[in-house]
Amino acid sequence: MALAGRRDAPEPPDFGILKRLARDQLVYLLEQLPGKKDLFIEADLMSPLDRIANVSILKQHDVDKLYKVETRPGPGASDQFCFLVRPRVRTMRFIADVTCDEWSFYLLPLDEDIISMELPEFFRDYFLEGDHRWINPVARALQLLNSLYGPFGKSYGIGRCAKMSYELWRDLEEESDTEGQGRKPEIGHVFLMDRDTDYVTALCSQVVYEGLVDDTFRIKCGSVDFGPDVTSSDKSIKVLLNSQDKVFSQIRNEHFSSVFGFLSQKSRNLQAQYDRRRGMDIKQMKDFVSQELKGLKQEHRLLSLHIGACESIMKKKTKQDFQETIKAEHSLLEGFDIRESTSFIEEHIDRQVSPVESLRLMCLLSITENGLVPKDYRSLKTQYLQSYGPEHLLTFHNLKRIGLLTEQAAGETLTAVESKVSKLVTDRAAGKITDAFNSLARKSNFRAISKKLGLIPRLDGEYDLKMPRDMAYVFGGAYVPLSCKIIEQVLERRGWQGLEEVVRLLNGNEFCVSDSAVEDNPAWECQRVILAVFLGGCTFSEIAALRFLGKERGCKFIFLTTAITNSARMMEAMIEAKA
Amino acid sequence: MTRVRADEEEYWHSSKFRAFTFDDEDDELSQLKESKRAVNSLRDIVDDDDDDLERVSWSGEPVGSISWSIKETASGSTSSLDGRDSSLQKGSSSYAALPKQASSYSLSSLFKGRNKLSSFQSLSDALSDTGVKNYAPELRRPKAEYKDYSGDWSPKDTVRRMQRGKVCSLERFRSLQDKLVLLDEAVAGHDGNVITAVLIFLKRTLRREILFRELEVRQVALCHLIHFLRETGEQKFLLDLLRFLDRTEEVALSQYREHLNIQDVEKRREFLKGCIGLPFSAEDTSHIQDHYTLLERQIIIEANDRHLEMAGQSELFRKYPRKASILNMPLVTTLFYSCFYHYTEAEGMFSSPTNLKKTFKIPDKQYVLTALAARAKLRAWGDVDALLTTKNWLGYTKKKAPIGFHRVVEILQRNNAPVQVLQEYVRLVEDVETRLNLATKYKCHDVVIETYRDLKDRIQLTAYKCKVERGSAEEEKIHSILSNVQIRWKN
Repeated sequence: MALAGRRDAPEPPDFGILKRLARDQLVYLLEQLPGKKDLFIEADLMSPLDRIANVSILKQHDVDKLYKVETRPGPGASDQFCFLVRPRVRTMRFIADVTCDEWSFYLLPLDEDIISMELPEFFRDYFLEGDHRWINPVARALQLLNSLYGPFGKSYGIGRCAKMSYELWRDLEEESDTEGQGRKPEIGHVFLMDRDTDYVTALCSQVVYEGLVDDTFRIKCGSVDFGPDVTSSDKSIKVLLNSQDKVFSQIRNEHFSSVFGFLSQKSRNLQAQYDRRRGMDIKQMKDFVSQELKGLKQEHRLLSLHIGACESIMKKKTKQDFQETIKAEHSLLEGFDIRESTSFIEEHIDRQVSPVESLRLMCLLSITENGLVPKDYRSLKTQYLQSYGPEHLLTFHNLKRIGLLTEQAAGETLTAVESKVSKLVTDRAAGKITDAFNSLARKSNFRAISKKLGLIPRLDGEYDLKMPRDMAYVFGGAYVPLSCKIIEQVLERRGWQGLEEVVRLLNGNEFCVSDSAVEDNPAWECQRVILAVFLGGCTFSEIAALRFLGKERGCKFIFLTTAITNSARMMEAMIEAKA
Repeated sequence: MTRVRADEEEYWHSSKFRAFTFDDEDDELSQLKESKRAVNSLRDIVDDDDDDLERVSWSGEPVGSISWSIKETASGSTSSLDGRDSSLQKGSSSYAALPKQASSYSLSSLFKGRNKLSSFQSLSDALSDTGVKNYAPELRRPKAEYKDYSGDWSPKDTVRRMQRGKVCSLERFRSLQDKLVLLDEAVAGHDGNVITAVLIFLKRTLRREILFRELEVRQVALCHLIHFLRETGEQKFLLDLLRFLDRTEEVALSQYREHLNIQDVEKRREFLKGCIGLPFSAEDTSHIQDHYTLLERQIIIEANDRHLEMAGQSELFRKYPRKASILNMPLVTTLFYSCFYHYTEAEGMFSSPTNLKKTFKIPDKQYVLTALAARAKLRAWGDVDALLTTKNWLGYTKKKAPIGFHRVVEILQRNNAPVQVLQEYVRLVEDVETRLNLATKYKCHDVVIETYRDLKDRIQLTAYKCKVERGSAEEEKIHSILSNVQIRWKN
């Protein structure tokens, strides 16, 4: 499949530096506290910390015992305590009287092209509560990446948060010394996007392997716990999933249907390689053992894990009517048989299949249809509360506020509120109306955007998922992820020209700024390296789609996300937890 | 990116495209099973030693990882880290994805901009590129150092300093005007923590009404204050604010939310009773009313049933002891419970299914679905039959299912209904294709045979012969149909 003139995508920069930097900063801080000390670590920092340091490093710097914040120190503890926590109101109160140093550990490279800020709460804090507390860390992360791998020549973005992060970053940049100029950058462009630009994609069931693994087993900080049903033994195994895994790296971006065949081909090859032993003499055998056996063993281990995972996914999904669910989803995306999909969702709720799944489907219906018809909204809500518990009244309120699940024609009451606010707004505060209000008022306009950007591929014949023709393959050929399509279009046009209507439907806040101080040399590889920043989370399907686009266009996408997300995580962030 | 090797390349590009569904369990899984067999057959050769694999503890955490170590501390192991040294190095070595360096050197020198360690090649490259850029974390200063800083910073500079993590005194902003300028600067600076810090200062130094009035026209700041109050649990202040803003629905929801923190059911019930009068929308008021009524019923049912169970008189409770209490469960779960334990009770009883159905206006569909699941679980096939049977005005009985018979079949099958029972409902599935699929899947031979006969599909019927047992009644039936000269076969 040789395409003339197709360039190979550039290699990604080395993000190992980020790990070393974070680790060394931690060590530096530990060194400021000489002598034996106990370390208290916040629960959600444990996994990220594991990715950059280990016990022996901590031990070398006089850390005696490790505790989770919450647990009390045992007897005979050191007289010095060191806490590693995120600056949250709740934890800071818990720790009370201390001196604080800041450890700027913003960026965790999960893989050669994915950097995560491990801030799952970003989504709720910003998009639901309208709290800007994580914008500073985003800006600082951009500053750090810019100083290590930049300067970035061009910045694109869409969304209010994207704009604010960009402004704060430039602001920080102005003060710092500009000695980076003239250096040959490794990343040429940056593209910032708010999650609320595209909720639809994040709400869809994932069908590329990595996405399915995430939806089924939850990938946490780049690793997954495979339980006994996968390992076919009595224990669970924690497996690091990244490009170093020779089996995984070849199937992660593929549609699930292609994975089976690949694995079976792979196991046949493995068997054949082992079979070669039979005719070997002693010398050959010796070479085989010393040179190949280790690699084969490793491959064997990985293969059996992923085959086990596939089997488990298949079993779980068939039990959950996955096929029917996907059919309903596709109808919603295409906008036909809405009645039928609505009754599917209704039945889903009545059968108590899963509170999170039912909610997801309702949100997908709402977002694609610009809100539910009041009659449907009421009846689905009532049935949901009956099936999953009345306290979800609070969940529905959250979903309405964030704009994920709304009622059509509620527009009137909204305008009343809005006009009341705008009457009060003085000139000085004009333009500062909150996101909360905007997201309330904003319509998703999905249908119109989808039409404008051609997100639903027209089917002439069957869609060959093994030889994808566009990014739609990540959703079985039914839908091109909106977020990725926007990025594709803007990069192609080197700006927003010609996309005015789409921008209007997306509620504006787009920008495109060239840094005139940065030398613009089209011959540089970095011109084809793009940092895609997802504010509020990014899914593995989106990552797969952009990796595909990169391969097609001979460019490389680097992902910076506040967290890896999926539909379940988004829904759970909206569910009012039992306190 | 990893290059795909030739043989894999061949796979991706060669094999013919075919449709894939998550339904074709047998088809797709067989391929997987085959791969699994192939891989498993190699196990003997491979499993002789596990040396090169990472060490994993029973909880699945790699030995030597921080998560593992914390679990160890929590589980009461008193040994400090020294004791485990031996297992550390190796355990984690295969865990980290990127090459690691030992990190026992002092880093202070590095952060001053110079380093000679070769392992830091790439970092030092980066460093030398940006000149003597300082990557060291900025450390705390003695408190005294901040004292002078109360000086003459403008609102803008104050905000900038705070954004960069420096301490600033806000006390010099005395007039309302100054405070508001400071707040607006904070908002314009896009840093939520600074906005919240300024709001805390304003909350402490301004009269409530003034603060509220000013926040009403500063929506971003307002969001921050509301979020802060929620996080710190200053409920009273929050409610005052929401009332001032006329956000009555939010006032009601915020109050209702408190019930989640009340563990005692009696107290919770009382609290919910009080919530009924809160300014909800008409629709939500009825949900709150239902919530209260539901808990009230659950308390009564729970008390009775616990008594029944303890007394050991009821066979049902003896045979199927309750796994959990019914308190605080959703309505549908409660209905299931009542269909399971109290199916035959008269409508006058609070615990009877019909009473629940009436009280909460449960739709027919939902009711049938739930009752069916409960009765099937008890294998009360007679009840299932009755539930799906209706009489028309002429007195004829007819089977009717508001949920579609394919669902009925699914529920029955999940509860291991015998083929005779299953068959009866498979036969009623309207869509021929679905009917055939289900019948084949669950071996309802009669239905398959009859359907092929009705479809006049001789080929399929002939082919089905191998699916039934030799010499069985079903085989006999196929033969007799095939030899029936009256049927005009389509093939």
